[in-house]
Amino acid sequence: MQFAISIDGFVAIYIFMLAGFAGWVIIGHVPAILHTPLMSGSNFVHGIVVVGGIFALLNASTVLEQAIGFFAVLLGAGNAAGGFAVTDRMLAMFQPSGPKPAHARHGRRKTSHPKKA
Amino acid sequence: MPTIIPQLTIGAVDLGAAFLFMYGLKRMSSPVTAPSGIMVAGVGMAVAVLASFLYAFDVGAAARPHLMVNLGLAVLALALGGGVAWWSGRKVAMTAMPQMVAIYNGMGGGAAAAIAAVELFGDKPDGVTQLTVTLIGALIGAVSLSGSLVAWAKLDGVIKGPLRVRGQQVFNALVMAATLAVGGYIVAATHGVVASPLATPDLIWLFLGCALAFGVLMTLPIGGADMPVVISIYNAFTGLAVGLEGFVLQNPALMIAGMVVGAAGTLLTLLMAKAMNRSVGNILFTNFGVAPRHVQGDIKGSLKPVEASDAGIFMRYAASVIIVPGYGLAVAQGQQKLYEFVKLLQAAGVSVKFAVHPVAGRMPGQMDVLLAEAGVPYDMIFQLEDINDEFATTDVALVIGANDVVNPAARTDKSSPIFGMPILNADKAKKVYVVKRGEGKGYAGIVNALFYGDNCDMVYGDAAAVLTKMIEAVRALGSKAAA
Repeated sequence: MQFAISIDGFVAIYIFMLAGFAGWVIIGHVPAILHTPLMSGSNFVHGIVVVGGIFALLNASTVLEQAIGFFAVLLGAGNAAGGFAVTDRMLAMFQPSGPKPAHARHGRRKTSHPKKA
Repeated sequence: MPTIIPQLTIGAVDLGAAFLFMYGLKRMSSPVTAPSGIMVAGVGMAVAVLASFLYAFDVGAAARPHLMVNLGLAVLALALGGGVAWWSGRKVAMTAMPQMVAIYNGMGGGAAAAIAAVELFGDKPDGVTQLTVTLIGALIGAVSLSGSLVAWAKLDGVIKGPLRVRGQQVFNALVMAATLAVGGYIVAATHGVVASPLATPDLIWLFLGCALAFGVLMTLPIGGADMPVVISIYNAFTGLAVGLEGFVLQNPALMIAGMVVGAAGTLLTLLMAKAMNRSVGNILFTNFGVAPRHVQGDIKGSLKPVEASDAGIFMRYAASVIIVPGYGLAVAQGQQKLYEFVKLLQAAGVSVKFAVHPVAGRMPGQMDVLLAEAGVPYDMIFQLEDINDEFATTDVALVIGANDVVNPAARTDKSSPIFGMPILNADKAKKVYVVKRGEGKGYAGIVNALFYGDNCDMVYGDAAAVLTKMIEAVRALGSKAAA
């Protein structure tokens, strides 16, 4: 069996087209109240670039490639970790009015985050 | 075959990650499910990053002797970049959020460009298509990196005011053309179509340098008020660059995540531009605010200053109040005081709602975040189209630190620069109080006819100080009534 992924020509264009539509439709119904968290949330999602950075760095064979690959991982990790940190912080603040006091839940969420990079 | 298990694992994990990203984004599109949405996407990211270390089992022959060093470098870079960004993201003030998002976004663009650079210097792209896609991804990523850094510098006040010189647009177009020309030359030279006077690595440096310069040049002339839209555009750019590099690396998770963000970012950009009544092209390529100021027609009426305590007591005895907060409230750090005042009004039986304009704050939706930070429940916050008809039947509209978004000139004055922009109809309320620092103009630099209306009184002063006085006045009433 062959598990290596190979994407060429039209297959790539199909993937791009469908993913583009998905993004457009998913975001299309977002209320304006969430525009800022959503911008940082989508910003977090393209932090997946760090995976490409790790691939490039592991396959680096010269000092120049290693140095640039190091920066790719460094920047990508910053994108992912920072994007997650601020988005989660903002979204935790959005509370409905209701029986549960707003501050209690806010405080709990703030302290109990699993760390990830 | 020792490489099959890692390949299978990476493939399956990346598939799961792509699903979790889309599912997480979907959950993020409603305030009720949003906090779990980011967690879902976060899990996808964590497993994808962990699985990517399995690439170590499948590295090329040239890289094999360096594998241990490279693994160490990868772990170090992850810890360093992730740790610093996490720490700064946890402690950044909510008012500084736009520039923070700009930095994280620039990092993503830089990472995409750096991946492209590794591929290019290692001469890894296979064939004309891959090479071209790598170069385009590098170009978009580099523009996003340098442009986002300029956007950050402007929002943070490091660079003050737009930088404009004559012929700038022509010069920028030339830099762009030069970048494309160098890119085309790299493709042609690599495939032996033309002989190159320069070695390929030099051409690659030149290409990256031009792309970075273009990002700076393109962003410098844009004013600070338009920066959020610019950040949103660069967010879409980074997504696109990541998607393209995903194709080069043959990684569908990167392709899908990148393209989803590219499309989502484009839609967000269009929504923001619409809320500002501008087209994206207009924001990027015209110099808003340099055109000669238009001459305003006479405004009838006068500004009527009143005491904060009087205004506070008036609202205490009103049946309904709609609050229109603007960036001035955040500058004065008055959100907490405002919610305290609102809770007093609610305790007295007043119906209170918040009306938030789509571009209130320095970034669309930022005011919603700032109110949420102060503890205001999101079901008290209403968007323009949901609440605009209610002003006419409301006793009091309290405008705090907002100006252009309540200027009726946008509805009536065709010569006004903000004509056609959707505004909150605060002027239609029976009584309007405007809390304002002084008699200055708004961001667009135009006089606000609302302030001169018969039903409008001005409360001058720092928003937090004014709200403190209002709270004291209403509290004093309560204790008298109780006594």
